[in-house]
Amino acid sequence: MLHLKTAMITALLSATALSASPVFAKDLRIALQSDADVLDPDQSRTFVGRIVYASLCDKLVDITPDLEIIPQLATSWTTSEDGTAITMQLREGVVFHDGTPFNSQAVADNIERSQTMDESRRKSELASITSTEVTGEYVIVMNLAGPDATLMAQLADRAGMMVSPTAAAAAGTDFGLNPVCSGAFSFTERVAQDKIVLTKFDDYWNADAINFDSVTFLPIPDTTVRLANLQSGDIDMLERLAATDLTQARGDDSIVVDSAVSLGYQGITFNLANGEKGDNPWGNDKRLRQALSFAIDREALNQVVFDGAFAPGNQSFPSSSPWYNTSLPVEPANIERAQELLAEAGYPDGIDLEVQVPNSTEPLAVMQVVQAMAAPAGINISLTSKEFATLLSDQSAGDYFASQIGWSGRVDPDGNNHQFATTDGGINDSKFSDPKMDELLNAARIAGTTAERKALYDEATAIMLDELPRLFLYHVNWIWAYNDSLKGFTPYPDGMIRLEGVTWEE
Amino acid sequence: MTDTSAPRAPLTADPVLTAKPESRVWKKFRRHKSAMVGGILVAFFVIIALAAPLLPIPDPAATDWGAVRKAPSWAHWMGTDEIGRDVMSRMIWGAQASLLAGVVSVSIAVLVGVPLGIIAGFFGGWTDAVISRCTEALLAAPFLILAIALAAFLGPSLTNAMIAIGISATPIFIRLTRGQVISIKSEDYVDSARAIGLPTKRILSRYILPNVAPPILVQATLTIATAIIAEASLSFLGLGQQPPEPSWGSMLNTAKNFLNQAPWMALWPGLSIFLVVLGFNLLGDGLRDALDPREH
Amino acid sequence: MLPFLLRRILIAIPTILLISIFVFALQKLLPGDPLLVLAGEERDPETLAFLREKYRLNDPIWMQYLAWIGNALQGDLGTSLRTNQPVTELIAQKLPVTIQLAVMSMIFALVIGIPAGILSAVKKGTVTDYIANFVALSGLSIPNFWLGIMLILLVAVKWQLLPASGYVPLSEDFWRSITTMLMPSFVLGTALAATLMRHTRSSMLSVLSADYVRTARAKGLAERVVILKHALRNALTPIVTLTALLFGELVAGAVLTEQIFTIPGFGKLIVDAVFNRDYAVVQGVVLVTAVGFIFMNLLADALYFVLNPRLRGH
Repeated sequence: MLHLKTAMITALLSATALSASPVFAKDLRIALQSDADVLDPDQSRTFVGRIVYASLCDKLVDITPDLEIIPQLATSWTTSEDGTAITMQLREGVVFHDGTPFNSQAVADNIERSQTMDESRRKSELASITSTEVTGEYVIVMNLAGPDATLMAQLADRAGMMVSPTAAAAAGTDFGLNPVCSGAFSFTERVAQDKIVLTKFDDYWNADAINFDSVTFLPIPDTTVRLANLQSGDIDMLERLAATDLTQARGDDSIVVDSAVSLGYQGITFNLANGEKGDNPWGNDKRLRQALSFAIDREALNQVVFDGAFAPGNQSFPSSSPWYNTSLPVEPANIERAQELLAEAGYPDGIDLEVQVPNSTEPLAVMQVVQAMAAPAGINISLTSKEFATLLSDQSAGDYFASQIGWSGRVDPDGNNHQFATTDGGINDSKFSDPKMDELLNAARIAGTTAERKALYDEATAIMLDELPRLFLYHVNWIWAYNDSLKGFTPYPDGMIRLEGVTWEE
Repeated sequence: MTDTSAPRAPLTADPVLTAKPESRVWKKFRRHKSAMVGGILVAFFVIIALAAPLLPIPDPAATDWGAVRKAPSWAHWMGTDEIGRDVMSRMIWGAQASLLAGVVSVSIAVLVGVPLGIIAGFFGGWTDAVISRCTEALLAAPFLILAIALAAFLGPSLTNAMIAIGISATPIFIRLTRGQVISIKSEDYVDSARAIGLPTKRILSRYILPNVAPPILVQATLTIATAIIAEASLSFLGLGQQPPEPSWGSMLNTAKNFLNQAPWMALWPGLSIFLVVLGFNLLGDGLRDALDPREH
Repeated sequence: MLPFLLRRILIAIPTILLISIFVFALQKLLPGDPLLVLAGEERDPETLAFLREKYRLNDPIWMQYLAWIGNALQGDLGTSLRTNQPVTELIAQKLPVTIQLAVMSMIFALVIGIPAGILSAVKKGTVTDYIANFVALSGLSIPNFWLGIMLILLVAVKWQLLPASGYVPLSEDFWRSITTMLMPSFVLGTALAATLMRHTRSSMLSVLSADYVRTARAKGLAERVVILKHALRNALTPIVTLTALLFGELVAGAVLTEQIFTIPGFGKLIVDAVFNRDYAVVQGVVLVTAVGFIFMNLLADALYFVLNPRLRGH
């Protein structure tokens, strides 16, 4: 009797143990470098905002760590022969946080909002879509003005984030105060500069992959304090560990460090033709810019400032990127060549250069090293440090000679180049203008195959390295540090934290 | 106000009381040990700041890729910083920036504030009302916020930081001077001076100014201390002396990123700020005690 | 007292107006287009132009100011350019934080400063006096951001005794709320303790030599009773008013401490807003701070009246 009872109880217990899903009452705490801005994908402009969206708002498509486009809210898509129409099949059974069903009408509403809302920042990203057609409850057709190879990549970012049409219609531009999307977590609360709290959305279409009850994002700008919080267990994960903190983080057994090369770049932008100051020796003679490039030892720069943790660079893509022009690798410093070029350009005794720098630790350290490296070549760099606000403003207005500035990078190679290097580019602060470049970059936007595009970008990069309106220096490595109880995290080159499949095991 | 508890030496024998007024002040000052310590500290930093170009120290801007963030050693007595520069050399040259910031900003505050305070206090009426309201308005805004906003407006640089701090400190001197002038104005000897028809300028220079000078001197010394910390704070936020020129505040700003790897980068600038500021505070205290006619 | 207070309040109004004009003008003079900053990496000219219109950034300065004042009087301090949050809401969220920091710092300052001042006064001229004075001056002389960083390094990182940063509201978790604020309020409190100590000392000194103290001593009362019962009460009068004033300064002056310890209070709010050219926020915060400061001054004056019977009915 006793044996039977025990056996039954044991059987019952083991049965429950086997069938019960692991109960994780874990509230994840992630520290960010800065506070997000408005939480509306159509109005948002910050990098950290995108990290929050990764958990809050699903997109039509997503990317793999190798930058392939994969389904998220869209399950499949086909492009028409002439490239002017994209037919998209949408995922069924998806619902927004407020219960509104997700369907093709919702997508159409979203695209309209992104294109027409006055405050929307996504207009230029979706400029190629002329109209949408709802051809089925879960099928939508996007009609384009012409073939656009960059569109799918745009839909893998903010332009493709789907917000609840009901909530958007009700809140209008105040949507960001209480965002309603369809992501794994829903918005719970936000205290500016303190925290953003998201709670697990039980009706998420991929809820099984989510193992946290809530996610709290905490902006902690000071890198030392951020790491201290991780070491003391007050937070579970942080993004952008300072390169110089790597040794300490690696030395701590309870912390795991992961990294991925970013999609963007950091460098020096020259004023070629922007306003009066555009008419200066550096803007007029590419030999001077080339001389500076030769004077800089990019490997040493990376070593001194970042302990070798980042990636030296000479193109708008890192050398690990499939778009990198491998026939133009990073060259070691060549002071003699730099001096020759200076002499050819008519400055055998040296020349001055004024560079504006954002007044934060990293850019200042980088430019001081560049300054020291340029001196033996005869280039006397003087640094003007400005607040980021002023720097951007002055750059845009042409009130500068050279500027240390970077770009966080986009999945599509077009995103790293078109706005900067084409004559009418929106962020072309050097006012660089070359009809050949315009031709190449515009063609690359509509080219059909990856091979074709690669060839075009290779040619464009060759021109860029000759003209050097942007002198590339290095590529940031996104470095995450997290508690070793966190398992299953995958580093992505876009710097985003994706929580699907991530678990917490004490 | 007499201290009845301590026994007093006979008046004629007291060297302090029998000396001339100026040397009496000096003698009182000398007796005040902590003030002397303060004076020595300040003098030390002033000397090394002035002597910087003459000392056998490496170029503060000389970088060395191989010696990044090295601990103090015989080659570098205070270690090296994040791009291999000698910390001690930067400390010594940085003393120039910090002391300059303190002295120049306070000079601005005094040169602008004292005359305004005298005008407000002496002439009264609408002038006084206007000046006082403006002063109160400026004082109602947090000092550092004002300095930050001004420095941001002028652009990040040591000069602009000095101007910003100077402007932010001016109201203190306006208020102090005005208060002093008002109390002196009501004294008998000023009344009689006016009665006999002395021109305003004479009254101001003979009676008002000499009596206003001591508390202003004391306040100026103490404000130099505040100004040095304010410059360090502005540099800490990125608004003061810009690299590669050294300044203790900006050195601390960079050092905070390397606390674990290179704590000496933060130690020396912080310690120096502390010692210089302490010196000025002690000095100011000593001056106050020495110049206070009631103390004995 | 009432007419005195009323007069002070009336005078305060033009002062507040003046400060708001000054800050407004200063901000508009700041170089840098706020929208370009906020644009971050995307710069869509159409959208920027629209936003400029929406926030009336194209209007002449005096018109912008009048619009702002008009709204302010109705309780609307505008919206943050960065997060679209109403400024009043931001202030309401941050005020309790900074007040908690100020109160805790004040407690530190009082607990350290007043006994030190009394001790120093009683033992005037002795080694204790010099040491106390020296320690007080040291507290004043240490740059508080340096002290904060050092404390984080030691207490939070090396010894792991206290959290390195952050804030938890009192209502949510009392104990944790206190522990996160412990280090920052210590940093702020020590600087204030120095000032308090020195003022307590001089106040006690002048009281200790007064006639009624001599009388108390002559009556044969124990020294401790003399000090604590008779001298202290009178010495504390100016201290109370000083405390009220210092409180006002604390609220405003916690700027760097809040940055380092990542406390989402006023100081951090305004610094970030200045750097982001978030006009409305800077305006609103300075206005509230100025009003608070003036209120504190009034309170100090009123307290002085109440506590000092000699000044009443003059």
